[in-house]
Amino acid sequence: MSSSSSQSFIGRCLNSRSFLVGGVITLFLLTCAAVSLFWTPGTIDISIKTRFLPPSADHWFGTDQFGRDVVSMLMTGTQNSITVGVVAVSIGLFAGVALGLLASAQRGWTEELIMRMSDFSFAFPAILSAIMITAILGPGGVNSIIAIGIYNVPVFARLTRGSANAIWAREYVMAARASGKNKFRITIEHVLPNILSILIVQATIQFAIAILAEAALSYLGLGTQPPHPSWGRMLNEAQTLMFLQPMQAVYPGAAIALAVFGLNLLGDGLRDVLDPRLSRKR
Amino acid sequence: MTALALMGLLPENASTTGSVNLDGENLLQKSEAEMCRVRGNKMAMIFQEPMTSLNPVHTVGRQIMEPLRLHKGLSKSSAMQEAIRLLDRVGIPNPAERVSNYPHQLSGGQRQRVMIALALSCSPDVLIADEPTTALDVTIQDQILELIQTLVQEEGMSLVLISHDLGVIAENTDNVIVMYGGTVVESGKTDHIFDQLTHPYTQGLFAAMPKVGMGRGKRLTTIPGTVPDLINLPSGCTFTDRCPLASDICAGNIPPVNQMEGSHLVTCHHLQQAVSARSKGLYE
Repeated sequence: MSSSSSQSFIGRCLNSRSFLVGGVITLFLLTCAAVSLFWTPGTIDISIKTRFLPPSADHWFGTDQFGRDVVSMLMTGTQNSITVGVVAVSIGLFAGVALGLLASAQRGWTEELIMRMSDFSFAFPAILSAIMITAILGPGGVNSIIAIGIYNVPVFARLTRGSANAIWAREYVMAARASGKNKFRITIEHVLPNILSILIVQATIQFAIAILAEAALSYLGLGTQPPHPSWGRMLNEAQTLMFLQPMQAVYPGAAIALAVFGLNLLGDGLRDVLDPRLSRKR
Repeated sequence: MTALALMGLLPENASTTGSVNLDGENLLQKSEAEMCRVRGNKMAMIFQEPMTSLNPVHTVGRQIMEPLRLHKGLSKSSAMQEAIRLLDRVGIPNPAERVSNYPHQLSGGQRQRVMIALALSCSPDVLIADEPTTALDVTIQDQILELIQTLVQEEGMSLVLISHDLGVIAENTDNVIVMYGGTVVESGKTDHIFDQLTHPYTQGLFAAMPKVGMGRGKRLTTIPGTVPDLINLPSGCTFTDRCPLASDICAGNIPPVNQMEGSHLVTCHHLQQAVSARSKGLYE
């Protein structure tokens, strides 16, 4: 039994088509971001002489209205999206999980306070609250990350508290209490490891949402500021040229769609691979 | 519930009155932090459900090591040695290898043995076993009880055994408390009670036991009615609704505690009738 269950983890990874496809897409994006740190096929400097060049061997997707190479813009934009995703999800994950675990361990008015506060923040749509936060802090890359991160906090707080409450009701938690462990130790040793897979899956999905939110904020001019390339701002710049150069909008749009699609698939795949209830059936 | 109250593990909205004395200290007056030092150290508990009482994400060895490191401050390696010794003690074959198994790799009986090892880890003074064999099949039940019994004698612990199984109680205990609807209805030395069943509920429990040679097709004796709603317990004797001896006085008045021989106590309004009904059988 032991050999089959340890071997089947990798087996399950390979069996899950969404995990494979999502993983490959995500890996591809990560590679693009990493490569763009030291090499891009063209340049992202403005040069009016080369504007609106058609796709060629030098410029695979052509150039935009400022003469910048579109592929290079997209690749550099990946850096931006991934940074936003990682940092914003980490903010949400750490703060939200901590709050959720606290709510679940303390119960009573602590739980009530944390949960009502997250209900309150849920009342505002994600983009709207992000716009509000950037309006207060001022537009910019860092502030958009903070805004998206703050939006993520109640999502994780709620999920953590719900799944942690289910673990607290388990017999092994009662057994742990009977062996003299305090709430903090039980939370770290019993509750957290048992909800980790749920959190990982949710983090992947929030990552996709964060990329989308960053694109939206940049599109509105509240996110990443020029000259740093961003998919959202590329969309915005392409908007005015919609009928002259429609492909200018298609490239960043496709990049956003691909990233979100890949991360969502990866999330679904991870759920198949990590969910103990599904894995126990196999 | 009573067991959880003893450990101070009731849900936070519950209130406990009276006192729980261990080594001359009232546990109810202790703070949560102080109780954490008592639980698992001086008092330990074996649960009803071995299948779900172990954390699926940790190895059994790690789970046995935890209280050792917590209460005794053992180092990782000496806690590991101790965990292996304990697994061996509770009769798990090949303990050095089993120690790195996850709970799902063990059978129900083995898991209950692990739970016992866990409870024993800090050699507690009091061991509470809450229906430790309910989830196990009969042969394993016997092994587990025998194991608990030997360990209790060898380690000099007190055992609080909670069970519905009268055979288990007769074999494993010195004193019995019969509880119904959250109240004590009869208590005393095990031998006394088994000799002189008095309270109508205790008599009913014994009557409901299947008897060898009863003949096929005969129905088992039951106590009529169902357990009262624990939220709205009857104001007088909790057994009133189901008791064949019940009269008007039972419904509204808390029954008196009658002393029988020695320490044998019976809580009933109709003691004389109950005593004389012994021979006839109250539930025929």
